Amino acid sequence: MYGIDALDQKQYPDQRGHFGPYGGRYVGETLMPALLELEEAYRKNIADPDFQKELHDLLRDYTGRPTPLFHAKTLSEKAGGAAIWLKREDLAHTGAHKINNTLGQTLMAKWMGKKKVIAETGAGQHGVATATTAALFGMECKVFMGTEDIERQAPNVRRMRLLGAEVVPVSSGTGTLKDAMNEAMRYWVGAVADTFYVIGSVAGPHPYPAMVRDFQRVIGDEARDQVQAFAGRLPDMLIACVGGGSNAMGLFYPFLNDPVEMVGVEAAGRGIETGKHAATLSAGTVGVLHGAKSYVLQDDEGQILEAHSISAGLDYPGVGPEHSQFKDFKRARYMSITDDQALEAFQTLSRLEGIIPALESSHALAQAMIEAGKMAPNKIIVVNLSGRGDKDMGIVGKHINLES
Amino acid sequence: MNRIDNTFEKMKEKGEKALVGFVSAGDPGYEDSLAIVTAMCKAGLDILELGIPFSDPTADGPVIQRSSQRALKAGMNVSKALTMTQKIRGITDIPIILFSYYNPILAYGNAQFYKDALENGADGLLVVDLPTEESAEMTDEWAGSELSLVRLIAPTTPVNRMRMITQEASGFLYLISKTGVTGSDGIDTADIETHVKILRSVTALPICVGFGISTADHVKAVAAAADGIVIGSAFERTIEENLQHPDLPGLLEEKVRGFKAATRISP
Repeated sequence: MYGIDALDQKQYPDQRGHFGPYGGRYVGETLMPALLELEEAYRKNIADPDFQKELHDLLRDYTGRPTPLFHAKTLSEKAGGAAIWLKREDLAHTGAHKINNTLGQTLMAKWMGKKKVIAETGAGQHGVATATTAALFGMECKVFMGTEDIERQAPNVRRMRLLGAEVVPVSSGTGTLKDAMNEAMRYWVGAVADTFYVIGSVAGPHPYPAMVRDFQRVIGDEARDQVQAFAGRLPDMLIACVGGGSNAMGLFYPFLNDPVEMVGVEAAGRGIETGKHAATLSAGTVGVLHGAKSYVLQDDEGQILEAHSISAGLDYPGVGPEHSQFKDFKRARYMSITDDQALEAFQTLSRLEGIIPALESSHALAQAMIEAGKMAPNKIIVVNLSGRGDKDMGIVGKHINLES
Repeated sequence: MNRIDNTFEKMKEKGEKALVGFVSAGDPGYEDSLAIVTAMCKAGLDILELGIPFSDPTADGPVIQRSSQRALKAGMNVSKALTMTQKIRGITDIPIILFSYYNPILAYGNAQFYKDALENGADGLLVVDLPTEESAEMTDEWAGSELSLVRLIAPTTPVNRMRMITQEASGFLYLISKTGVTGSDGIDTADIETHVKILRSVTALPICVGFGISTADHVKAVAAAADGIVIGSAFERTIEENLQHPDLPGLLEEKVRGFKAATRISP
């Protein structure tokens, strides 16, 4: 059985949905009753063996879990130190870890009797995953997506439409993930009676950060068993990219009480010093965005700043509240990788291992090579290869020559 | 007696309902905005809701989103909105409710905001994304309770939750007329009457209804049930459609007079 703990088994979040000073429910009154209803349904269903079994069977038979853990030997040699193992979430159905969460949430919607789902998306991976599980359960699906992202992630837009979802273009603000989430929240306020909002990361108001974490922890639960089966011990380090932070939290969480170092990798864009980045934990300050208190990119007056990253999935000025707590507690170390470094890692993995990683995951890979180089060969790093890179061919083609 | 209580007392005596007007501070610019608000007060506005703009207003529809953007572009922020409050206080005695999202206030500092809001003549504060469950972290930092924290009640709020919210409320209650964002058109009068009635069964505070009210007929219909009517997007739409107009304050003045007349119902 893929493990999903009941909400109250751990100390955080507390009863009010706070992770220490972070998290909470900073939303308009219209949404509060819906969030309370969701929290209750979540607590109840997650403890229901029938729900667990339905989810477990779907994760195995529909998503293709467990995903493999692969020892990237050539990559490790090139890095010149620790052994790098890749958790192959790119091999999950739809090509990214996002489906673990959308399967869980769409199933939750089904159990709550809701027949319509909405989602926001940046890179389009969460949108595709939501459109997929909505199709599976015969639900109506609307995906809010920034116009800038619609352009740079065109293949995913076509996939969503093919799956029967309506893609709603969002042109307000910068036309990226933040604006898509604003618009999804606005739509939800009007449709809250019969619509389930499938949030794509460990962000948003309580209970989303906890619920998404618990649907994504299957990544870490599997990795923990797999690495022990292969190496007979726990890994020394975990590395994952952090936009909102769901794939990182999914990998990290089951290792919470183990002596394992955790490294989250944010997008430094064109460099943190240029101001054109999405390194919320590295360079942000505490604020409230999209229903939760967490680190955010903002100016001195509390206005949210634009984020910048070559990777649409990391192009977000907020981050999940539990990561903020991990940062303050120093449970995880948060680093950042520039667009150029990510592009380099994108090509390196493709050439050396025959795996085309998502640009998001390429940030984690770039950091993994740096860390591995500083570690002894008997050390083990597990990198979350959170998604496949096919969707990024268009944007990568603008930066490197693939024509000859 | 404070200005808010005083206003509703006066309304009762006169057989009128309160016209509550929202505009974004600093839209389309600081001086123009001040002239607009001045004109609206002179035209008979009963309560002013002065919006402090936020970059990501998730409870607002396109009209107020754009007005927030115009105001931010023109340099509006919390300190300037407070300065503007002081200027408005110099010309009118009507209650001024500051209206915003939590992040700009948090960035300004909760304790400082309380002190400065009062010093500049504000009477209340409404923070759209700060439900009762989270508001203690703000009010715990306040040096007193002179600033009314206006609470929202939604059509989705069950009656036991209404009870919880109203226990901590002061000033008046803002009843959201329907699910949705600000500026979504049309109202359901019967639905509003039902919600007002339920809310009255748990509180003695005045009830103001807002969201989607954009015509004098709407005002008249809502005035039959509520103690006050909140209008925001309709004013902002007038501003947006007449940015080049030589007498924008005059247009808003006219709007207020029209709406105000509709609040005068004989008992």
